[in-house]
Amino acid sequence: MSDTASPVPAPDAVARAHAHVHVRVNVEQASYAYSARAHAAPLFTLEATTFQAHERELVAILGPNASGKSTLLRLIAGAIAPLSGRVELDGFATSKLDARTRAQRIALVHQESSLVFPLLAGDYVLQGRHPHGRSLWFESEDDFTIAKNALAQVGAEHLADRWMHKISGGEKQRVVLARALAQQPLVLLLDEPTLHLDIGAQVELLAQLRRLAAEHRYTIVVVTHELGLAAEFADQIVLLHRGKCLRVGPPSAVYQRELLEQVFETPLEIETAPSGRPRVLIKGRKQ
Amino acid sequence: MRPVTLARVLRICALLSAVLFAVVLLALRLGAVPFSLGDLGQNLWWLASGHPERLSTDFRLIMVDIRLPRILLGIFVGAALSVAGASFQALLRNPLADPYVLGVSNGAALGVLVALLVAPALPLMTPLAAFLGATATISIVYMLGRRQGQLDSSTLLLAGIISASFLSAIIMFLMTTLASRDLRGIAFWLMGDLSTALPRGLLWILVVGFLSATGAIYTTASDLNLLLAGEREAMHLGVDVTRVKLVVYISASVLTGLAVAVSGAIGYVGLLVPHLMRMLFGSDYRLLIPTSALGGAIAVVLADTLARTVVAPIELPVGAMTAMAGAPFFIYLLRRRLA
Repeated sequence: MSDTASPVPAPDAVARAHAHVHVRVNVEQASYAYSARAHAAPLFTLEATTFQAHERELVAILGPNASGKSTLLRLIAGAIAPLSGRVELDGFATSKLDARTRAQRIALVHQESSLVFPLLAGDYVLQGRHPHGRSLWFESEDDFTIAKNALAQVGAEHLADRWMHKISGGEKQRVVLARALAQQPLVLLLDEPTLHLDIGAQVELLAQLRRLAAEHRYTIVVVTHELGLAAEFADQIVLLHRGKCLRVGPPSAVYQRELLEQVFETPLEIETAPSGRPRVLIKGRKQ
Repeated sequence: MRPVTLARVLRICALLSAVLFAVVLLALRLGAVPFSLGDLGQNLWWLASGHPERLSTDFRLIMVDIRLPRILLGIFVGAALSVAGASFQALLRNPLADPYVLGVSNGAALGVLVALLVAPALPLMTPLAAFLGATATISIVYMLGRRQGQLDSSTLLLAGIISASFLSAIIMFLMTTLASRDLRGIAFWLMGDLSTALPRGLLWILVVGFLSATGAIYTTASDLNLLLAGEREAMHLGVDVTRVKLVVYISASVLTGLAVAVSGAIGYVGLLVPHLMRMLFGSDYRLLIPTSALGGAIAVVLADTLARTVVAPIELPVGAMTAMAGAPFFIYLLRRRLA
């Protein structure tokens, strides 16, 4: 497999370092359309989208509401098959993998996760071992160790014996992430993980994801509309707007004032931080 | 972390089996003709060790012909209804799901009545008819309970309750056409009753059907744990959602159909027992399925013993006893959930 990386040349040191690393997720001209009925006109279309994600890379799918972010994430997760084009993990179409194999390689962290009956956080994390077991199966000592380590990796060992419905939003987010880590996947997908977190917890989560990607060679794809966080933490940005993929590349290439103002429909100011990453300032409407 | 291990499942099942055994002894003793524990033990030993000729006539008439079969029937019916209830709760992601509340029991009862009307000479057809009635009802309730493609908890419950009352209206209508036959027997059976003696063939169908359906559900136990968090999430954790749902819907309908075919619509067992077991042992289905089976057996044998003895010599239908305990419990769960 060749490494064409991104269409825009990568000025970022991080992105350059990845240019010769193994391509893990390959999205090539992938499109999708939702329609109410089989032959009705589509209600929503995601037009042909192309990007590649490497190991140890954190990709942010960025865009306002209803821009197709979650659809793209579901395509990568293999929950839906692209209408045209390809979505591959290590060369295999993700939608064609059987559910078990897929869950061994791709972990998806949802926006909302509701439980019908009370569950201990530790047992919740243990569920991440499910794709590695068989039916009629009880977890082994190894599984317990892996679950405990997963909790430790997100700094939540102390939550193991707490009830899921009695911990705070930030704590819950960590436990949910720990379950995804317990799956020992190659790819971690997160759908709006920062949604109900305050700014401190948001930064902590993203920093944690960066660290995990570096230490465990995960490929991480995060769906978000948080411009600032994506600029600070992502190696690569996939910018979506009304079902169109407008730009793919490192933050410095994607963060251009006119482009983002048009996409997010709000006046913005963009600076370059000492780190070389762009920094977004929000301006009041009337200025 | 409180992980479920095989050792823990076996330990808890052994404990519940001991409780069940004690309840069975109690149920054998109590009744119009009481037996002393010593007599009972002696006779049971003879029965078990293959010396039925030594049994006293009293014992043979009352125990072997009446009480023992009734208790065994209660064990299977209670276990079947509880496992069906626990399964529906996971499939529908609804803690208030129960074959009776969802109208599935009435659907099965209607199936039985139709079978009795159409082919009264074939009593062994009733479990099949009950299964078909149960499957049809759960399919309809499932479809009615969806809103914009999503299962909606309260819509589902309402759909179940309305289906139950609609089906019971049809049952009433059919019963008027049965007037010449044993109306009281059918009315008693509809309320849930264990006193009817069953043909041996039906008993075999009950045992084999119960074991295979419960076994099939148990193979999906760890999948059901994940299904409780939603179908999408379960799929992303590697659950073959379509297969699991199909297996469990069919098996739970088989269990409900069997129970109704032999004992009528005994209500609330499938609601009450799994909840008590969750409170005691947690909500992991690898533990919940066997504990619900044993707990359901204990509950129905106890309820039936009460039904036989509370206003002796008159016997109540066991369904009246379970409804008296179950309906307030349903209200309690509903209030707690809404609070």
